[in-house]
Amino acid sequence: MLLILPIIVPMLTAALLLLVRHRGVQRWMAFLGSMTHLGCGIALFRLVQSEGIQVLQSGSWKAPFGIVLVADTLTTLLVIAVGVVGAATTAFGFAGVDPRRESGGYHSLFMVLLMGVSGAFLTGDLFNLYVWFEVMLVASFVLMALHRTKEQVRAAFTYVTLNLLASAILLTALGLLYGQSGTLNMADLSRQWSTAGPPPLHLPLALLFLTAFGIKAALFPWFFWLPASYHTPPAAISAIFAGLLTKVGVYSMIRVFTLLFQRVSPGIYTLILVLSAVTMVVGVTCALTQRDFRRVLSFNLVGHIGYTTLGLGLLSPVALAGSLLYVLHHIVAITNLYLVGGIFLRVRRTTDFASLGSLYRTHPYVALLSLVPIFALAGVPPLSGFIAKIVLVQASFAQGVYWAGGIALFVGLLSVLSMARLWDESFWKDAPDGVDKASPTWKQLLPIGALTLLSLGISVGAEPLLDMTSRVAGDLLEPSAYVRAVLDGDG
Amino acid sequence: MNSIILRTAARVLMPLLLMFAVFLLLRGHNLPGGGFVAGLIVAIAFVLRMLADGIEAARKALLVDPWSLLSVGLLVALASGLIPVAFGLPFLTACWAELGPPEWGLLVGTPLLFDIGVCLVVIGVVLTMTFRLAED
Repeated sequence: MLLILPIIVPMLTAALLLLVRHRGVQRWMAFLGSMTHLGCGIALFRLVQSEGIQVLQSGSWKAPFGIVLVADTLTTLLVIAVGVVGAATTAFGFAGVDPRRESGGYHSLFMVLLMGVSGAFLTGDLFNLYVWFEVMLVASFVLMALHRTKEQVRAAFTYVTLNLLASAILLTALGLLYGQSGTLNMADLSRQWSTAGPPPLHLPLALLFLTAFGIKAALFPWFFWLPASYHTPPAAISAIFAGLLTKVGVYSMIRVFTLLFQRVSPGIYTLILVLSAVTMVVGVTCALTQRDFRRVLSFNLVGHIGYTTLGLGLLSPVALAGSLLYVLHHIVAITNLYLVGGIFLRVRRTTDFASLGSLYRTHPYVALLSLVPIFALAGVPPLSGFIAKIVLVQASFAQGVYWAGGIALFVGLLSVLSMARLWDESFWKDAPDGVDKASPTWKQLLPIGALTLLSLGISVGAEPLLDMTSRVAGDLLEPSAYVRAVLDGDG
Repeated sequence: MNSIILRTAARVLMPLLLMFAVFLLLRGHNLPGGGFVAGLIVAIAFVLRMLADGIEAARKALLVDPWSLLSVGLLVALASGLIPVAFGLPFLTACWAELGPPEWGLLVGTPLLFDIGVCLVVIGVVLTMTFRLAED
């Protein structure tokens, strides 16, 4: 029962939100819905820790015939992250959402987005994964375009076109896979492929999956929709997009490529490794040329996605553990910085570097709160990003893939540079014509503060977290327990 | 549009369409039909009314706001999934109850409830969109 709650709670909240017209009540309902979702995520995590993998055969149709929901440690960690991002962004909504968006079902769509992301993490069926992708896509497209300014509509169209392409490619892959294997249950596929051998077209399949998930995750060369769209919507929306949507692509890639293709086509992992390395270099280099707070973040986000798929490319427990830790750290830090972008939007009405600056003097507490996520993203020791990066670099050196480790180190330096520049341009330099139009409210500072504390928490608790992600990585690379739990029911 | 032929035809067609929608909804469990098409046909009936007599008349004929139909439909569909949970069965398991004496063979169950939910959501979505577009 607990397993379905991260999907039901946002859905129920979304349905009830449609009945309520009062905006203050809507905000509270959305916030309480997200907090309940977070609570369910934590309860599910504890259940999985004490009793092993949880499986729900929905409608009592046994896998592989019905749709299964599966919760293992990785899934539950990510569902908790969804709850954290949801709670922080809905709390940020108390500070004000533009009225046109709010009356157009903004909060409901927010909940539908949370439902879609949780569903994508929880499902054990590839077609169902596609359906959750569509749920996320529809919700995020409408959220982005709801206000209908010219810039937002243009961004939303780039976004939706590229993501529809990804969906079409994923659907093609699923059709091909179903035609050859007769099942889309991931555990069933994994067992079938390891006993009867993979289907003849496994390489095109791998490439189709890589492309579809690569577009969703914003890997090179498919990343350009992200920096073209993420800087246009209001802060809370771009924060939830940046925190969660690309991570669903990364998660799906990790899940599918560990369950299915691991022993089948080793060449594909070299390709993933190369793409990750290029993504890191291109993303962070492009970030250095940008002159807008949120665009710098967008390109950095692309660059950092490279770190999260690097571990999959290296395909070793240590590297994968590092990547997973990076995912968790990155969700918290990047969401937080996009919310800080919301403060700039309130204080200076823009995130263009030309009008930023001096905030270090005028709003020292904002600067203090932003310092942690900025330096965590840069990978400055002893913050969370540093630990995940060092694990990845060590793993690639230990495996003899020196070039990947070297690039990870080099890009680490570039991100320090990029983040230092971000800090300098937005907080430190003297603002040329920066006049504060308003001051940040505590309603905005509270969620930012909470996420900053969580970033510090991840840094302090990095060792137990790394132990946990190492266990998860071991399970991913040796998926027999997952397969048995789904198909034979011994969790 | 002000055409007496259309208005008269709409008045005759509307009850027929609504009855046909109920038929399709009930038939849908084992045969072609179901909540989705039934919802579309109900929506078509009200769109027809809108074209014949204007938006206000169509809104009045619907009695409720299409926006809230959307919400109620979602809740009904969700309830059909949660009823089995109350009996300790997995989410969305079909539960059946027999109505009337056994020789009638009248079974109602949660799949029908789910279909009704889908039907309401479809009516809500289609009419919200058409009314909004027609008003712009």
